[in-house]
Amino acid sequence: MSAQAPAVPATSRRRLPPSVTRNLGLVIAFLVICLIGYLTAGARFASIDNTMTILRLAAIIGVVSIGQCFVITSGGIDLSVGSMLGLATVWATTGATQYYADSTTWLLMVFVALAVGVVGGILNGVMVAYGKIVPFMATLALLVAAKGLAEWIANRQTQIIKVRGFEQFFSNDPLGIPVLVWIFALVAAGGWVLYNRTTFGRRTIAIGGNVEATRLAGIKTDRHIVMLYALSGLTVGIAAVMMMGRTMAGTSTHGSLYEMDAIAAVVVGGTLLRGGRGTIFGTVIGVLIFTTLTNIFTQNNLPLSVQQIAKGAIIIAAVLLQQYIASRKTA
Amino acid sequence: MSLSLSRRVLWSASLALAAGLSLSACTGAAPTAAPSAPAATTSAAPGDGNNAAGEKVVIGFSAPAADHGWMGAITKAAIAEAAKFPDVELKVAEGTNDVNLQISQVETFINDKVDAIVILPYDGAALTPVALKAMQAGIPVINVDREFDSPFAARSTILGDNYGMGISAGTYVCEKLGDKKDAVVAEIAGIDNLPLTKDRSEGFAKALADCGLKVSNRVAADFTVQGGEQAASNLLQAAPKIDAIWNHDDDQGVGVMQAIKNSGRSEFIMVGGAGSANVMRDIQADSSVVKATVVYPSTQAADGIRLARLLVQGKSLSDLVEVEVPRKITLFAPVVTKDNVDRYLPTAFES
Repeated sequence: MSAQAPAVPATSRRRLPPSVTRNLGLVIAFLVICLIGYLTAGARFASIDNTMTILRLAAIIGVVSIGQCFVITSGGIDLSVGSMLGLATVWATTGATQYYADSTTWLLMVFVALAVGVVGGILNGVMVAYGKIVPFMATLALLVAAKGLAEWIANRQTQIIKVRGFEQFFSNDPLGIPVLVWIFALVAAGGWVLYNRTTFGRRTIAIGGNVEATRLAGIKTDRHIVMLYALSGLTVGIAAVMMMGRTMAGTSTHGSLYEMDAIAAVVVGGTLLRGGRGTIFGTVIGVLIFTTLTNIFTQNNLPLSVQQIAKGAIIIAAVLLQQYIASRKTA
Repeated sequence: MSLSLSRRVLWSASLALAAGLSLSACTGAAPTAAPSAPAATTSAAPGDGNNAAGEKVVIGFSAPAADHGWMGAITKAAIAEAAKFPDVELKVAEGTNDVNLQISQVETFINDKVDAIVILPYDGAALTPVALKAMQAGIPVINVDREFDSPFAARSTILGDNYGMGISAGTYVCEKLGDKKDAVVAEIAGIDNLPLTKDRSEGFAKALADCGLKVSNRVAADFTVQGGEQAASNLLQAAPKIDAIWNHDDDQGVGVMQAIKNSGRSEFIMVGGAGSANVMRDIQADSSVVKATVVYPSTQAADGIRLARLLVQGKSLSDLVEVEVPRKITLFAPVVTKDNVDRYLPTAFES
């Protein structure tokens, strides 16, 4: 189960000592959940097949969460991710898109999905940065509008993907690992580098800490905020392509309520909801905690309702822990 | 004219026939009571036949979230059915409207190497790839209610009859007001644009056309109580005099009834849809405008559990001559009235 953890801890330990303990606690929590899974479901839980099932389930929401992590670090929030994902799958699977994709290349569908995501993200960013609309409201507006647009385009129907190349690509599993999981790993690794090793990442953290001070330090904060939401949109586009690969269909109901799952994973991962501090590694573990939990419940034949209660409890525990750490720091 | 008349007679006849059939199916529900006709010569084992305990069967079951009375009843009925058979072990991956999660549940069943999977997909098309995967792994899949888009994705499919619901409701309305040529017939649909809503409305229009009636007022709700209340209020405002209303769905019917009560009107008859227990109790009591409902069985996943068990044990449907379980079963949509409500009430769902 720990195989998918990118080579993060060693390097982040050197750079950010306080985040080490937080991530360590998270990893321990995750391992405890895995242990519970192993104790209740036995070898079935620990099998390679089941590990891949968990990772496939985590992959789509995981990619969305990486983008969300950047936005939340900057003190913003992106509520539009779920319905934007649906819209991207719809737009990329319309009869016209599939027709042109069939006569050229299936990558056209990928391009359309990514473009829809990025344009939606830029729209969010412009509303927040230049329109001075509170992120919660700006992205809520897009949540509603994107859902409506997706239903309108698809006429509330599910569009089936018939492009051969697309199907073939997603049925691959290089080195025994499904394409979806590869994409998740690449996005997580890319996100980690961008967050921890570039000025882009440092500026994001700075804006989340104090946007005025960052502006006075000569950084074009408005432009940066637009780029952040565009980045979130890009991850939504990638996740939309993954969803299409998993279901071979596009519909407005895809991704519904994913904004909540993504925000929960980011916050449980240790990113502060008020911004200024975040962790990509923690976000990945946060996603894995939730999906592993879901898997354990399925394995043990337990109702999903009970699991939602457990999920709620985990979120509260994580937020309380955050507050405790924050208060200890200021004290 | 005579053609359409004979069609109606035929329809009524098949209605009565199916009512009888479903009655025997209901009473024979418990595996201990098996009133199978002795004269029946089938390829299945004699005597208790299909209901006799056979080899152990592990069935994985997955359905959408129970956000609606009918959907809640689907899972409850499936679990209750499995509990009747000591040789069935049911793994229930409970209710989700997230196809990503439902796919993962089916993957878990495949990993666990269950003997069969019964699935009511949230979205038939989106669940098709993983159902294909299960079939390729040698696990028979029983598809319930929302159809996959590949014929290879399921061994057997059980569907309700949406078009037939419309036909049944329309035929009943025709019987009641066939002579009134200027009768005002209204329709309260479910979520418009859904294929099932289109099917229901088309069937209704078709049956009405056979007796020279048509839908004068049509509104659409959204399968929720709140939506039903709003749609019905608007309808009652728009039409000062109505002779008959067909409401597609008894869950939204709770709101529809409230709106009718608030308006204080009772000059019309109302026909329900899907067949909830509270509507059937109203029909039984004959105390409101609801005089009938048409059934969209909430027991179809329970049927799926039975079929899955038969498939795995290598048995067939004992009342058919065939060696194998059928490829596709479309359930009937009977009209429930005061006269036959006792037959249907036991299997009706609570909304």
